[in-house]
This record gives sequence, C-alpha cells and structure tokens, in this order.
Amino acid sequence: MIKNIKIVAVLTFICILCAFLLSLVNILARDEIEKNQRREIEEAIFNLSPLTKRIEIFSLDNDKVYRLLDQDNNLVGYGFIAQGNGYQGTIKILVVTNQSLDELEGIEIIESSETPGLGGRIREEFFKDQFKKLKVQPQIECVKDGKKKANQIQAITSATISSRLAVDIVNQKIKDIRDNINNESK
Amino acid sequence: MRVNNINREFNKGLWEANPLMRQLLGMCSTLAITTTVMNAIFMGLGVIFVLICSAFFVSLIRKIVPQEVRIAVYAVIIATFVTIVDIFFKAKFPLVSKALGPYVPLIIVNCIILGRCEGFSSRNSILVSMLDGLGMGLGYSWVLLVLAILREILGSGKLLGISILPNSYNPLIVMVLPAGAFLILGLLLAIMNSIDIKREG
Repeated sequence: MIKNIKIVAVLTFICILCAFLLSLVNILARDEIEKNQRREIEEAIFNLSPLTKRIEIFSLDNDKVYRLLDQDNNLVGYGFIAQGNGYQGTIKILVVTNQSLDELEGIEIIESSETPGLGGRIREEFFKDQFKKLKVQPQIECVKDGKKKANQIQAITSATISSRLAVDIVNQKIKDIRDNINNESK
Repeated sequence: MRVNNINREFNKGLWEANPLMRQLLGMCSTLAITTTVMNAIFMGLGVIFVLICSAFFVSLIRKIVPQEVRIAVYAVIIATFVTIVDIFFKAKFPLVSKALGPYVPLIIVNCIILGRCEGFSSRNSILVSMLDGLGMGLGYSWVLLVLAILREILGSGKLLGISILPNSYNPLIVMVLPAGAFLILGLLLAIMNSIDIKREG
C-alpha cells in the first residue's frame, strides 16, 4: 500500500515538474514561433503572386484572409489557409487566388502528414505546379485519366485519395471565402 | 585515481563505447539526417543537450524513484527535454527545424538516451552522469559529422550548402539516399575496427 502511494506520488511530482518546465519554455517561445510561421506564409505568397508588393491581413468570419496589393495599392488577389482532413492527419494548404477568386495563382502545402513517397508527394513541385493559373470555375476537379479542361488537375498515381482530399479542401475553402466576401460587399 | 575515473567516464563515449560505432544504437536518425552537415550539427547539439539534462535529472532522483516505474519516469524526463529542444529550434532556427522534421521529436525514442539513463545515470552520481552524457553526446556528434561531411561532399559537391567541388564533378546521388548512409557507415566501422586491431596487435 505504502509502496503504491509512493509510486503515485513520485510519478505525479515528476509529471508536474515536467509540465511546468514545458509550459515555461512554450510561453517564452510562442511569439517567436508564430512570427516564423507568419513569415513563412508571407514569403510563400510573394513567391506565388509576383505582383504582390504589400499584404494586408483582415479577419473574415473567424478566418484570417490576406489581401494582396500591388505597388499602387490595387487589389491583385487573396491568400488564405485551407485546412482539412487528409488521408492521415490534417493537411494545411496556403491558397493564393486572383482578385475575383476564379483563378488560382498557386498553392503551397504548409503542413501535411500524408504517407511519405505516396500521398506525401502532394508537397512536390509537379503536383503544386498544376495549381498555377488553374481555373476554379465552377470548382477544381481531380481526374485520373489526363486533364482536358482548364479546371482539372491530374491526381498523383497511387495517391488518389490524398490528391482528391487536397483538392476538396481547397474547393471548400474557396467556396466559403467567396460566400463571405460576397456577403460582406452586400 | 578519482580524476582518472572521471576521465574514463567521459572518454569512453568518444571511442571505446561510442554509442553509434560500438553500441550501434540510434541508427535510424543517424542514417536519415546525415545528408547535410547543418542537419548533423543541430541534431548533435540537440542530443548532447538532452543527454546531459536527462542524465542530471535521472541521477538527481535516482534514490526516490521506485524500481517499478523507473522507465516511465525516464521517458517523461527525456520527452520533456526533447520537446524543449524542439520548441527552441522552431523558435530560433525555423529552417533547420523544418529540415530535421520529425527527427527532433523522435530523439525521445532514441535508444542512446534511454540506454544511458537506465544503464548509467540511474546508478551514478550527478557529476559523473553528466560527464558520461557529454562524452556520449560528443561521441554521437563526431560520427554524425564525419558521415554528413562525406555524404554532403560526395552526394552534392557542397559543404554547409556552399559548392566546394568544381562544376565538372558529377554528384554521386546514391550518397544522399539511404543506401549511401549505409555504405559510409559500414566503411567507417571497418576503419575503426582495423585501427583497434592494429592497436592491440
């Protein structure tokens, strides 16, 4: 009995100590990590949309949306994070569109834990490049037998589910953002 | 006598009980991250930090931890320090953190560290345990560095990201692939063994 109490006491003590240490480090580093992630997103936006000279952040229905402005402060596009379930865990995609939200400038995979070598290849250039100047009217389609239309992309061989889910995530988010922006301008 | 003893605990990790070349522990991360020297440096620093800190803590509490739960306690302590390293890299060196990917959090299950906690720190004084950790960490790091230097030069003609071989050099792609890691590791092991044999002979 006494032995059991000792076991519980020691484990509790160690865990509290470790939790304290971890939260301390986390508090110290949190701001910096956030800043790094923001910088990473902004760099990706500048890469995908060369016209962009300035980025304005505004909130839209709990979402952070980046308004992309050129040197004369004209709106040239939007950037936003689309997030959803992949085949394994969450996929987080940065989507950059033109100003009327009907054509993509491109996408960047911010986070994914898809199977390396299969679904994980959504991170590779050949997949991401398909989204450059892709039409999203009415929406993006993921096909397996060669793309024929301007709104289609070719799925990765043996990773159809990951490819399709990535497309679905992007489609869903663009639809949401479109609805929200239309509502706002009414 | 005492000083000799301390020296020995530190030195053994560098060669005669080197965690990679003699105990053959922690191979997975070693083979995976030694594609560039930068990765190897940060991985080495991370492991040294975790080894020293967990050695300190495990040795500090060695008399109050019940036998039945010691492994669980070590695991919690190791995971804490690894997570601290992970957060630190993410905050200060985001690019390195990205390149190392899951291999930083995976230090938690690196058997070198649990091995030192269970096999050494849990029955030795704090100072000696920390020295043992430092020695093992440096032993791990130098092998990592040698592997990474050879693989980066042969596999991409660069060192620390700077081209050092003439453009006419045709990189041996195999060296940046897993197979290259096995080849160089095997050669390094053979060299170390032959040095030992010569010494004894």
